[in-house]
Amino acid sequence: MSELTLTVMRLGFLAVLWLFVIVAVQVIRSDLFGTRVTQRGSRREAGRQQQAAARQAPPQQRQQPAGGRRGRNAPTKLVVTEGTLTGTTVALQGQTITLGRAHDSTIVLDDDYASSRHARIYPDRDGQWIVEDLGSTNGTYLDRSRLTTPTPIALGAPIRIGKTVIELRK
Amino acid sequence: MSGTNTSHSPTHHTSTIGAIGAPSRRNTELALLVFAVVIPVFAYANVGLALNDSVPPGLLSYGLGLGLLAGVGHLVVRKFAPYADPLMLPLATLLNGLGLVVIWRLDQSKRLSNYAEAAPRQLLYSAMGVALLAVVLIFLKDHRVLQRYTYISMAGALLLLVLPLVPGLGANIYGAKIWIKIPGLGTLQPGEFAKIALAVFFAGYLMVKRDALALASRRFMGLYLPRGRDLGPILVVWVISILILVFETDLGTSLLFFGMFVIMLYVATERTSWIVFGLLMSAVGAVGVASFEPHIQTRVQAWLDPMREFQLSREGVQDGIVHSEQAMQALWAFGSGGTLGTGLGQGNSDLIGFAANSDFILATFGEELGLAGVMAILLLYGLIIERGVRTALAARDPFGKLLAIGLSGAFGLQVFVVAGGVMGLIPLTGMTLPFVAYGGSSVIANWALIGILLRISDTARRPAPAPAANPDAEMTQVVRPS
Repeated sequence: MSELTLTVMRLGFLAVLWLFVIVAVQVIRSDLFGTRVTQRGSRREAGRQQQAAARQAPPQQRQQPAGGRRGRNAPTKLVVTEGTLTGTTVALQGQTITLGRAHDSTIVLDDDYASSRHARIYPDRDGQWIVEDLGSTNGTYLDRSRLTTPTPIALGAPIRIGKTVIELRK
Repeated sequence: MSGTNTSHSPTHHTSTIGAIGAPSRRNTELALLVFAVVIPVFAYANVGLALNDSVPPGLLSYGLGLGLLAGVGHLVVRKFAPYADPLMLPLATLLNGLGLVVIWRLDQSKRLSNYAEAAPRQLLYSAMGVALLAVVLIFLKDHRVLQRYTYISMAGALLLLVLPLVPGLGANIYGAKIWIKIPGLGTLQPGEFAKIALAVFFAGYLMVKRDALALASRRFMGLYLPRGRDLGPILVVWVISILILVFETDLGTSLLFFGMFVIMLYVATERTSWIVFGLLMSAVGAVGVASFEPHIQTRVQAWLDPMREFQLSREGVQDGIVHSEQAMQALWAFGSGGTLGTGLGQGNSDLIGFAANSDFILATFGEELGLAGVMAILLLYGLIIERGVRTALAARDPFGKLLAIGLSGAFGLQVFVVAGGVMGLIPLTGMTLPFVAYGGSSVIANWALIGILLRISDTARRPAPAPAANPDAEMTQVVRPS
C-alpha cells in the first residue's frame, strides 16, 4: 500500500472521527429542550372562547365582556415595561389586580415611591379596565396626568407608579 | 423577591412552566448509529490495508456483527425507551467498535502472537453487553423500582467486592486481586458490577438522608462543617475503600468507590465541604496505605520515575518487586504518535506486551491516532458523561437524579483513573477503559450502566401527560373585596 494512500486514510479517519464528535455536539445543541413558559391566562381564555362558542351562550359574560363589540380589542394582559419588574406579565381574566408594596398584592412593587396599597386595576361592568389610585402618597399617573378618580385605561397607555410603568396589551 | 404574588387566587397565576414536548429523537439516534458503525469499519479496513496491503477478509462479518449489535440496541430502545437520550447508544457503540478494531489490530501483531486472539472474544462480550442492555430496558420499566433494593444492593455490592478475596475463588493476576475465577468460563471482575450496585445503594441512601447531611451543620471559615455523627457514612465508605486498597491492592477500584460516594454526597447535599473532606480523606488514605503496601509503592515509583522502573526491569533486577517497563513504554507510544499519529496499524505500541489491549489500550490510540485521535476519544467519553449529567438534571425524582449522577460520575472517574494512569498523570491502576479495553466484565457492566442511564433519561424526557382540566378551578376563585 502506498505511503500516500495510508496518509490520506490516516487523516481521513481522524477527520471522520472528529466529524462524529461535531455531529454529536450538534445533536446536543438541537436537543436543548428545557422548559417552556406558557401564559396560563391566554390558554384559559382560548379554552373559554371555544367553550363559549360551543355552547352558543357564553356564561362568562363577566370575563368576556360586552360580547363581540370590543372583544377583539380587549386587553388580555398587563405588562410591566419599566422598573425592576420589567417583562412581568399578568393575564387579565376579570380579576382585580392590586399593585403596591404589600406582600399580598398581585404585583408586589419593590419601589421606594410606591405605597403599600398603591393602586388597583379592575374591569367595570362592561369589561372596560379601570385604574384607581388607592390614596397613594406619590400618586399614580396615566399617561402624564395624575389620577384623581377611577379612570378607564386605553390599550397601551402607560400607567406610572414610581419607577414602574405598566400597560395593558392585547 | 419576585414580582407577582400568586398565592392567594388561582386566577392570578401568570404563567405555567412545563417541559416542551421533546421529540423522541429515535431517527437521529439511528442516523448516528449508522455513522458509529461506519467509522469502526473504516478503521478496520485501514488497519488491514496498513498491515497486509489488503482489505481484511473479516470486514463484512465484522461490520455486520457490529451493525447487528447496534441495530438490536436501537430497536430495543425504540420499543422500550422511546424518549431516551439519542446520543448515549451511538457514543457507546462507536467506542466499543473502535475498541474492537484496536484489539484486533493488536491481535495481528507478531510480537503479541503468543497471546490468545482477543477480538472474537471481545465481540462476544459486546454482544452479551448489548443483550444485558436489552434485558435492563425490557425488565426495568421504571428505575424507581431499584430504590426498593437500596440495602440489598449494598449487601450485593459488598459481596461482589469481597468475592476476589475468597480463597479458591479469587485470582491474583499481576499483583491485584480483583478477579474471580469461574470454572470453565474464565475470570470475572466483580468490581465492575459492584459499581452499579453501589450507585443504586448510595442513591437510595442519600435520598433519604440528605437533609440531615445537608442542614445539620455549623459554618466555619466559609465551610459547612457537618456534625460528628453525620460523618459516619463517609467514614464507613472510606474505611471500606481503604480495606479494598489493602487487601485487593487495587487503587483504581478503591478510588472509584470513594470518589463516587463523594460526588453523590456533594450533589445530594450541595455542600462543598464534603468535597474538601473527601479529598483530604483520600489523600490521607492513599499516602497511609502506600507507606506499607509494596504493590502500591511500585505503582507510585513507576509513576514518579518511569524511566528508572524501565531500566530496573530491563536489567532484570530481582529485589522482590515486580518492575514494569510498561509505564515508560506507554509514554513513548504517546510521544511517537505526536499530533496526528502514525496511522492505524503502523505504530509499535504492541511493544507494551501483555496488557496492551486492556489497561494500556489508550497508548495504542495515542500512538496510532495521535493527540487528535485521543482528544476525540476523550471527547466521546465526555459526551457520554455530559448526557448522563444532563439526564440527572432532567430527571424529576431525586432517586433518579442521584442514580444518574452516580453512574455517570463513576463512569467519568473510571475514564479519568485509566487515562490519567496511562498518561502518567496519576499512578497507574489496573482498571479498564470502559467499552474500549479488552475485558468481558467491563464491557458487559458498562452496557448495563448505559441501559440504566437510558431508562432514567427515557423517564425524564417523556413528555408529561397533559394536566387534567380542573373544573373546580373556576368555582374556587377567591373573590376579594377591594
